[in-house]
Amino acid sequence: MIEEQLGRCVAAWYPGATGVTGAAKLSGGASQETWTFDIVHASGNVGAILRRAPPGYGASPGRAAGLDAEATLMQLAHDAGLPSPRVMHVLKPEDELGRGFIMQRIEGETIARKILRDEQFAKARPVLARQLGRVIAGIHGLPATKLPKLREMSATKEIADLEREYRSFNWPRPVFELALRWLRERDPGPSKEVTLVHGDFRHGNLIIGPDGVRAVLDWELAHLGDPMEDLGWICVNSWRFGEIDKPVGGFGSREELFAGYEEAGRKVDPIRVTFWEVMGTLRWGIMCCGMMQRFRQGPDHSMERAMIGRRSSETEIDLLRLLAPRA
Amino acid sequence: MQDEPTPTELIKAVADFLRNEIAPEIKGHNAFKLRVGINALDLVTRQLALEQGSDAAEAARLKQLLGADGSLIDLNRALCEKIAKGEVDLQRPGLAEHLWQTTMDKLAVDQPNYASYKRELGNK
Repeated sequence: MIEEQLGRCVAAWYPGATGVTGAAKLSGGASQETWTFDIVHASGNVGAILRRAPPGYGASPGRAAGLDAEATLMQLAHDAGLPSPRVMHVLKPEDELGRGFIMQRIEGETIARKILRDEQFAKARPVLARQLGRVIAGIHGLPATKLPKLREMSATKEIADLEREYRSFNWPRPVFELALRWLRERDPGPSKEVTLVHGDFRHGNLIIGPDGVRAVLDWELAHLGDPMEDLGWICVNSWRFGEIDKPVGGFGSREELFAGYEEAGRKVDPIRVTFWEVMGTLRWGIMCCGMMQRFRQGPDHSMERAMIGRRSSETEIDLLRLLAPRA
Repeated sequence: MQDEPTPTELIKAVADFLRNEIAPEIKGHNAFKLRVGINALDLVTRQLALEQGSDAAEAARLKQLLGADGSLIDLNRALCEKIAKGEVDLQRPGLAEHLWQTTMDKLAVDQPNYASYKRELGNK
């Protein structure tokens, strides 16, 4: 089983490792899995995470940066002092574990409702938005020369991609149509500065402890583009989990997020941020429709997929609140 | 004419059984999936109760806005085309109200606990 293979793999590069224990799958579809396990060592077990495409699965589909790029980005972030796990090993063919990498396991919480409600995060909540602003600035400041090969994305291209995907569903949605029109009319054009963009910086991809943010995960959607995209995405109402008056993840204000970002020596363009917030809201709505589509057509005939399809109306009300607020 | 009980009554009875008798016995990932399933049944009962009225009102508004007749999906398609072409925008009297009412009616079925919806319900 996987523990044997992992044990052989770990013994090859971790001095003193005698095997692994407690391997358990945390999440995963067919093409990408996450496993947690402990490396057994005389001086104490070491927590680790395997992120992989199992043997037989080749390059990642569509928008994904690819697991090799993810490993490089996480290591770059770690080396730059950003909250990121240390990458311990990039899988090689002789590991027979597929493609992917092994990283240090960081303890903490990723579930938004707990982060927003549990007492143990009470001290973290008021400082998180500013902290995340600094972290995003750090990501955008990673040296371009060291970045792996990534797709480049612009506002214009993103609008076209979203429109193509929306039209492929062949289900008329006047609110989405209005949002597409709004975005096209306000397309700010190419960003003056093109940087690394995390692409999915939000609850679920952040490990939070009582002290604040401990790790940024899931670099699958990383690309080159307008740095304001990340600031807009984290303000999308879908990640506020009911705390709608706190735009940043349900715990903070835009002002705090922007202050953290600017403290790190970078400049915020609030109009572009709002543009990307609208884009992000529409994007999540279209992603929900896509889940419904896969539920209907694909092999994953799950209730969860079906019900996520019905969450697209949440993004419609949020788009109306942004584009046509009632007096 | 079909016999009683109605679909709404049947679904509600099944949902209540799952919620009250089965859910407390189930642990782990299946407990999560069971909650999703109960939510789906609740959604269906809301749709059965509300759909007819909201669809009829939506169709009436669309006919008024477009000055045309047709099925609900065709009317929505026509409105989408006009928005895409820029022939109809938020300046058009009645458009914003129509989109708001249609969206509120959807949320009443899909997600009546969604915070934005509850806020707007209070603001009405």
